[in-house]
Amino acid sequence: MKKLLVIMVMLAVVFSAPVFAGGQQEKAEGDGQQMAKAIEVLHWWTSGGEAAALNVLKEKVEAEGIKWVDTPVAGGSGVQAMTVLRSRVTAGNPPAAVQMLGYDILDWAEMGVVANLNELAEEENWDAVIPDAIKKFSKYDGKWIAAPVNVHSENWVWANQKICDDLGIELPITTWEGYVDALQKVQDSGKVALAHGGQPWQTGTIFESVVLGVGGPEFYEKTMNVPMDQDALKSDQMLEAFKRMETLRGFVDDNFSGRDWNLASAMVIKGQAAFQMMGDFAKGEFLRADMVPGEDFFGFRTPGTKGSVTFNADQFVMFEKESQAKRNAQKVLAKNVMDPEFQVSFNVVKGSVPARTDVPDDEFTIIGKEAMKDLAQANDDGTLFGSLAHGHGAPSAIKEAVFDVVSAHFNGQYTAEEAVEALAKAVEAAK
Amino acid sequence: MIIKNKWHLSKDDVVARVVLFPTVLLSAVCVYGFIIYTIYISFTGSTIMPIYEWVGFENYEKLWQLRHWHIAIKNMAIFGVLYIGISTVVGLVLAILIDMNRMGEIIFRPVFLYPMAISFIVTGTAWKWFLDPGIGLEHIMHLWGFASFKFAWIKNSDFAIYTVVIAAIWQVTGFVMVIFLAGLRGINHTTIESGVVDGATNFQLYTRVIIPQLGASFLSAFVILGHMAIKSYDLVIALTNGGPGQATALPSTFMYSYTFTRSRMGIGASAAVMMLIAIMLIIVPYIKKQVEED
Repeated sequence: MKKLLVIMVMLAVVFSAPVFAGGQQEKAEGDGQQMAKAIEVLHWWTSGGEAAALNVLKEKVEAEGIKWVDTPVAGGSGVQAMTVLRSRVTAGNPPAAVQMLGYDILDWAEMGVVANLNELAEEENWDAVIPDAIKKFSKYDGKWIAAPVNVHSENWVWANQKICDDLGIELPITTWEGYVDALQKVQDSGKVALAHGGQPWQTGTIFESVVLGVGGPEFYEKTMNVPMDQDALKSDQMLEAFKRMETLRGFVDDNFSGRDWNLASAMVIKGQAAFQMMGDFAKGEFLRADMVPGEDFFGFRTPGTKGSVTFNADQFVMFEKESQAKRNAQKVLAKNVMDPEFQVSFNVVKGSVPARTDVPDDEFTIIGKEAMKDLAQANDDGTLFGSLAHGHGAPSAIKEAVFDVVSAHFNGQYTAEEAVEALAKAVEAAK
Repeated sequence: MIIKNKWHLSKDDVVARVVLFPTVLLSAVCVYGFIIYTIYISFTGSTIMPIYEWVGFENYEKLWQLRHWHIAIKNMAIFGVLYIGISTVVGLVLAILIDMNRMGEIIFRPVFLYPMAISFIVTGTAWKWFLDPGIGLEHIMHLWGFASFKFAWIKNSDFAIYTVVIAAIWQVTGFVMVIFLAGLRGINHTTIESGVVDGATNFQLYTRVIIPQLGASFLSAFVILGHMAIKSYDLVIALTNGGPGQATALPSTFMYSYTFTRSRMGIGASAAVMMLIAIMLIIVPYIKKQVEED
């Protein structure tokens, strides 16, 4: 019995030890102007290309004598990472820096737990080099709270060039009618016309591009960006958008639901399917499969959306820390994120476009150069909009409410008329 | 016999209390403490993080207006009834068959019980592959030449919930069988013998004599299956992830989604409280009965 008692006491000590140790550690690094020895970064860039891109940043920060403590949480669009973040913040121990998207950043800023980067932003003149549409998510209440790294664009269609050549489909396709004809041709040939994974965010990605194609930039902004306009949501154009979704539903294979986006890309790469409607991160999959743009595959703007860009931008948010040393380290990280040289080398590896508009495009591929031009152009024309499906159109509660309706409709649980009603109601309820 | 003084504890008493203390403390904080915390959160306007601002029953009102929640409740009803019903019946039949042939028990008991040793995630993933028309059963049947064979329930909004039932029953039936086997072993043999003397057939023996004596086993099975059904989460996540659309949403997946991905922690907490009430309706009478019997 005594032995058991001793063991129990030992166990209790062992389990409680880290709790106390954690508290002390926080204090030890406390005051002074010196630099913290380490900075913890929470992110979800775990796939090969992403990790390689992030490594560029890691090396730069470590060169300044700060150890990079990596906290990767796998899972697309960062849902799992955000869950981890929530528990860390609730426990009063947030990571120093976190990769984040769109309205999540503003949600956290509202909680009053993120650090103010104004001083650095003024020194480096961030205001002049970041497009306004992105700034909307990097600033809260007039204060800089995030450092944007890259910009992805969502309104793209990716095509297997060989299938299209064989069937006499000319690329790029610019009209909806032409697109439907092409899909029909592919389906008649016995191949899958549209490679799609029925996860809500993927269906949402198609939906927002279709909405943009139906109603143009103004309509997109009214319906897919907050505050969402009830009249526009209930309009005939929205009905048309849902009808187009039904048309597209007729071109996916039976086995689409639950498929990951990269598996859908693989179908196009392998020549089992002709088209995929997905953001430009899909391009990375094609390039990794050694496909040559213009020869093996082709990318074009979703028909009817040329001239507009729906974007999402990854940003790094710093969480408020008590110790000055830690704040200094955060500043070093933020500074490096915004470094023009880094924005080039990172985005060349990642396949996206730099968030800064003032960096040279020499090192980018032909598609990258084009994308940079599109971004700058859309920014000038005022047709650069946040992607709803990727967290830049509305807070997550509304985004998910839209996904609910769109994917229920896509799976045949609503008619187009019912979906229009349900969408307006769901958005209102989620506000 | 030693007469115990209330304030003077024997050495064993002290040891028992000390050893139990961490468990009591942990359950007081981590179980009951967090239950109270969750209930409190459900009455606040919490969004991405807990916000301690009282909003009364607003979250509950919103919850019951959500179509998503109604789907989850309906699925829960379908899943709960079929899951408890079918696995009880099949478990009982297996137990009786094994009980009739003791030799078979050595082989079949572990065979049927093994699925229970597998994690829900593994079960869900394995069944997802097996039921997937592109790579699983349907695909294999096509390869074997049965070109017209069709089984795509998992991709069909109306039938997907039944695939969850299938996988769940596969997993739990062996466990139910063991509960009934234990019950069968505990039956008073004189009642069976007198039945045999009276000339009862095997069928009559089971329906009239043996099964009516298995009340306690039925109750155990019901309580265990009932709360497992309400708590089901990992299996659905692995098998269908709540899809297609929301076709296989359950209260647990709803709760997770609203709390952690939709930044509506208040509504998520109110869903959790509804689940707690449902589980209490099953468990509390059972515990009360147990306490009274002791």
